[in-house]
Amino acid sequence: MIEVKKLVKRFGLKNILRGLNFSVEPGEFVALLGPNGAGKTTFLRILATLSRPSMGHVKVAGHHLPHEAAQVRAKLGVVSHMPLLYPDLTAEENLRFYAQMYGITNYQPRITEVLEMVGLENRRKDLVRTFSRGMQQRLAIGRAVIHDPEVMLFDEPYTGLDQDASEMLDEVLRTVAAEGRTVVMTSHDLARAENLATRFDILSRGVIAASATQEDLQNTNLLAFYKQALVD
Amino acid sequence: MDKNKIQKDELIPRAKRSSLSSRPSLLKATFAIVQKDLAAEFRSFELVSAMLVFSLLVIIIFNFALELDIKVRQSVTAGVLWTTFAFAGTLGLNRSMSTEKDRGCMDGLLLAPVDRSAIYFGKAISNLAFMLIVETIVLPVYSVLYNVNLFRLDLIGIILLGSIGYVAVGTLLSAMSVQTRTREVLLPILLFPVAIPVLLAAVKASNGLLTGADFAEVLIPLNILIVYDVVFIAVAFMVFDFVVEE
Repeated sequence: MIEVKKLVKRFGLKNILRGLNFSVEPGEFVALLGPNGAGKTTFLRILATLSRPSMGHVKVAGHHLPHEAAQVRAKLGVVSHMPLLYPDLTAEENLRFYAQMYGITNYQPRITEVLEMVGLENRRKDLVRTFSRGMQQRLAIGRAVIHDPEVMLFDEPYTGLDQDASEMLDEVLRTVAAEGRTVVMTSHDLARAENLATRFDILSRGVIAASATQEDLQNTNLLAFYKQALVD
Repeated sequence: MDKNKIQKDELIPRAKRSSLSSRPSLLKATFAIVQKDLAAEFRSFELVSAMLVFSLLVIIIFNFALELDIKVRQSVTAGVLWTTFAFAGTLGLNRSMSTEKDRGCMDGLLLAPVDRSAIYFGKAISNLAFMLIVETIVLPVYSVLYNVNLFRLDLIGIILLGSIGYVAVGTLLSAMSVQTRTREVLLPILLFPVAIPVLLAAVKASNGLLTGADFAEVLIPLNILIVYDVVFIAVAFMVFDFVVEE
């Protein structure tokens, strides 16, 4: 579903990604972990078509980037630590706007379905600026799945959430993943990533330094694996 | 903890359901952006109220500063009007793009599978609507304060053409400046030199109409306005994709 070979991204003279190789099978939930400045957000922005690769081969949902970016965007849902929502519009109006931008014709039943999925059906007529951070983040996920994408990218979705909001977000993420979507999520919350993901890739100094599946971590835990990967 | 884990065999293979979405046309996407901007603005009135208060203050200050007789007032009207529109327009352009950038909504727009020109046209039409709303309120206030009749179809036509040109180039440049930390300062610095032809032509044409000059005298700035509008809309259509790309 995602195939990346020898990806290089430069900002000026600085190399952020240095020949990164990465692939994700359909239906996999990959947690992309790594220290600050490792290049996780840059990498996700390239997959999301928001940034161009300097060099290398990137293929998402069967389409090459950056040349087939529009086709990729139609199959992609992105959630970042910012909600990408308009505070002066209601939850329903925000979803309606994005439904129109994704060319969904009969959007009303889909909006209701998505609001029920993220548990905000009772707040559909409320302005987003009155929502808590957790509710905004749940609505942001609703926005990202409105067009039923095949691939979901989450960039630090837990940033700024309290425990209750994080647990509710876990449930929503689990629902999103259980619908068979391919998911790539960056996070610093190892415990949450361990519960959600089926594979863990450690991004360090612009390359994937280590990779392990859930089965590989039966006799160890993610924290130990993460620390070991960074030491190596 | 383990019971919360998503097991591989738990994942339902994605059924081949018919796709919910299709690539929307340029027109539909543009309309959606305009509708969204107008709905958000009519709820908050943040942008229009700032532009309007600024415009009214400017014409009141000019009214006190220029204690001129009726004849001279007529000759400065075009200059005062376009100075007001230009500065108020810059406020609106800055604010309109900042609301997209500050909460990451610009990324939301860029992630949609639409032709990126739709984002430009949507934002430009919204900006034009805000500018025209402000102008519609400023014109009668100016007419009363300066005792000049501005309700003339030909003058309104010139104001419309000038506003289109100003917004066409302003929306493009605000998309560039909003990506910098000094966007409030940068936009006027970038915009005013590029907008000089449209502002000069608009002042010249408006002045010609208000002082009762020959049509031939108005025709040259009018032509410049039309050419400027067409050229800058075409340029923005071609380069907007590169401007918003990281």
